[in-house]
Amino acid sequence: MKADVPPSGPPLVELKGISKRYGDLLANDGIDLSIEPGEIHALLGENGAGKSTLVKILYGVIEPSAGEIRWEGRPVTIGSPVEARALGLGMVFQHFSLFDELSVAENIAVALSNEWSLSTVRSKLGEISRTYGLALDADRAVWTLSAGERQRIEIVRCLLQNPRLLILDEPTSVLTPQEAEHLFTTLDRLSAEGCSILYISHKLEEVRRLCRRATILRAGRVVATIDPRASSAREIAALMVGNEVGEVRTDAPHQVKGEILRVSKLSMPPDGLHGQALRDIDLVVRSGEVVGIAGVAGNGQSELFAALSGERLADRADAIVIAGKPSGTLGIDARRRLSAAFVPEERLGHAAAPSHRLSENTLISHAAIEVSRSGFILMNAARRVARSIVQSFDVRTPEGDPQARKLSGGNLQKFVIGREIIRKPNLIIVDQPTWGVDAGAARLIRQALVDLSREGSAVLVVSQDLDELFEVADRMAVIHQGILSPLKPIGEWTKEAVGLEMLGVAQAQGGTRAV
Amino acid sequence: MTTFEAILLTIVTASTPLLIAALGELVTERSGVLNLGVEGMMAMGAACSFAAAVTFDSTVLGVAAGMLAGALMAALFALLVLGFAANQTGSGLALTILGLGLSGLVGAPFVGARRDPVPPVDIPGLSDIPVIGRLFFEQDLFVYASITLTILVALYLVRTRSGLTLRSIGENHTSANALGLPVWRVRFWAILFGGACAGLAGAYLALVYTRFWSPGMTAGRGWIALALVVFAAWRPGWVLVGAYIFGAATVLQLHAQAAQFGVPSQLLSAVPYLATILALLLLSIRHGRAIGAPGSLGVPFVPDR
Repeated sequence: MKADVPPSGPPLVELKGISKRYGDLLANDGIDLSIEPGEIHALLGENGAGKSTLVKILYGVIEPSAGEIRWEGRPVTIGSPVEARALGLGMVFQHFSLFDELSVAENIAVALSNEWSLSTVRSKLGEISRTYGLALDADRAVWTLSAGERQRIEIVRCLLQNPRLLILDEPTSVLTPQEAEHLFTTLDRLSAEGCSILYISHKLEEVRRLCRRATILRAGRVVATIDPRASSAREIAALMVGNEVGEVRTDAPHQVKGEILRVSKLSMPPDGLHGQALRDIDLVVRSGEVVGIAGVAGNGQSELFAALSGERLADRADAIVIAGKPSGTLGIDARRRLSAAFVPEERLGHAAAPSHRLSENTLISHAAIEVSRSGFILMNAARRVARSIVQSFDVRTPEGDPQARKLSGGNLQKFVIGREIIRKPNLIIVDQPTWGVDAGAARLIRQALVDLSREGSAVLVVSQDLDELFEVADRMAVIHQGILSPLKPIGEWTKEAVGLEMLGVAQAQGGTRAV
Repeated sequence: MTTFEAILLTIVTASTPLLIAALGELVTERSGVLNLGVEGMMAMGAACSFAAAVTFDSTVLGVAAGMLAGALMAALFALLVLGFAANQTGSGLALTILGLGLSGLVGAPFVGARRDPVPPVDIPGLSDIPVIGRLFFEQDLFVYASITLTILVALYLVRTRSGLTLRSIGENHTSANALGLPVWRVRFWAILFGGACAGLAGAYLALVYTRFWSPGMTAGRGWIALALVVFAAWRPGWVLVGAYIFGAATVLQLHAQAAQFGVPSQLLSAVPYLATILALLLLSIRHGRAIGAPGSLGVPFVPDR
């Protein structure tokens, strides 16, 4: 299983014993890693394994607590991103390091050294765009661009500096399958030209597509360095997670019955400057099924969730019908009384109040139901509810009734989903159920949602994670620029078809954006 | 000189301090820092400039003292919001209260003193053009300086490398930090620039506009300057337009009072402030949120190192 790349001279970069401590947490623990010239090296690991911390250390954003970095055999200290760039490092960040209100050219110029004027950036941009097929309009404001285009800016920004090592942090998490394939082609080409690439991901498929060597991190430590093409997906997953994660079982006998949620001709103006309008959304979710909504972030998912949960009201009551009752103009609590439940995307600050205890956090959605009476809080009932959520959903808490913010992302997500499921709602709507959650928690959450549907509830899952939707959904639609594609049984969708819908190509016949 | 010309001249005088203070605050805010202490820094600028000008009998030293006082106040603010990542709203309000109080202390010995008018700079030939001649070409140096400053700030923000860095930091300080841009250093200088401008505006009030000093003489102009930045959607050109609209409102209500329309004078005195509220209200109704606001405005910056 050990990878064998013949060493010719010193590796381009070598990390030795890199550690980073945050208080009690050891985010990186004695990490060794070496990258050869021209190699595409994968850094694999679960969310929270320490991948992002490690590359931020390499890029000079974070100082390591201990350890040594060697560049072509020489020990170096990388004190800031400016020094990193001077050495020949380039980085494409996971959550882009872009400035929404600035133009493409300005976004690129700001990261380059002073001798680059805006006009040189403009002309070089055209050159690089043509060479690598990365089309970009220099004068567009970044907020008008799709995620794929934004990523292109980051890549071009790095390429303009002729990097020796390009670091990409979870680059495909925001891309459609087609955009991802285009990215891989670019990376193959760069590697062939001698540029080393450190590719960070938790997606096995793409790592096997791109890399010959992969370093696997778990809980801040290197657990193995392997050739991903020579190992099975199951072996790699086991290394990443530490034990094998079972698959979500969707085969329980179930019966799809009457409709619980009907959305008809729901339109809504954008909320705020960069919001997305919803246009004529039609959607039915029936008892006993899981319906999935796919799409690239920012295409109206959060607006749709706000409309369905009652955070924003529709102008017609019959635009949204819950359990037979026109609810478009009802508030959140009124909809909850119709046995609906809602889990928004943000755990902290939206689904849960960070500085409140878990028991107090049950009030956020249980208030209308059982933990308060005549305006007074029934503290004992709240604690009891919190305890039973913690037990039923395997929420690992540091103490009995901690503040919500003390929980890790995965555990808090189990809690907020558990809080809704434990009420046995007839309808549950979940936005990004497993975003930034470790594999174990993600499996538990998906299974709980599927189980709820098999017991006769209607489940609507909005997610950017296509694999997740293919795993849990019975029917699926894709949202693009506020327009929802027709709902089709999951078996009738292919990843390619979903990708085309995500790009709007299927809608517009010919496409509005070139990939 | 006709009455009409006289009114136009006073409008220029009333608008200039608003323009200078608002330009300073605009630069501070474009770097992502909200400094609500403009009123306090302006009051200190007025008191210190007047004290220095009377003591040394020098307008130049007075102006320098005013700008220095404003910058020092701003440095205190920078220590709080950058050094300790303190809440910017709270720190700014505290700065205003401190400045108003402290200026009373500094200026107390100088109540009742008067300064001679600062002579206007006459551009020969051009100033003889009827009506607009005196308006455009026979103003005091501050007026020309304020217009020049507007152009310089606009060019700095849009055309220079350092202006681009400042805008980027104001837009998204997390991204800026990840790219290695010096967030703290740029913000520190932006805050100091804002303070010096507020101090200069205060100096103008004391040395040119009123030519005496009294407690609370800034009379809310710092707040109007703050509102102007929002009104102008963080653009220097619009700050110029806004400053002159508000300056005109201030002057015209005085003339309206003199003309005795039968409207209570207190109500007329409130016109510029009502106009401020109205402008903010209209803007927020039209856009839902303030357009052009820097993305990181008012958010404390705490990097993870």
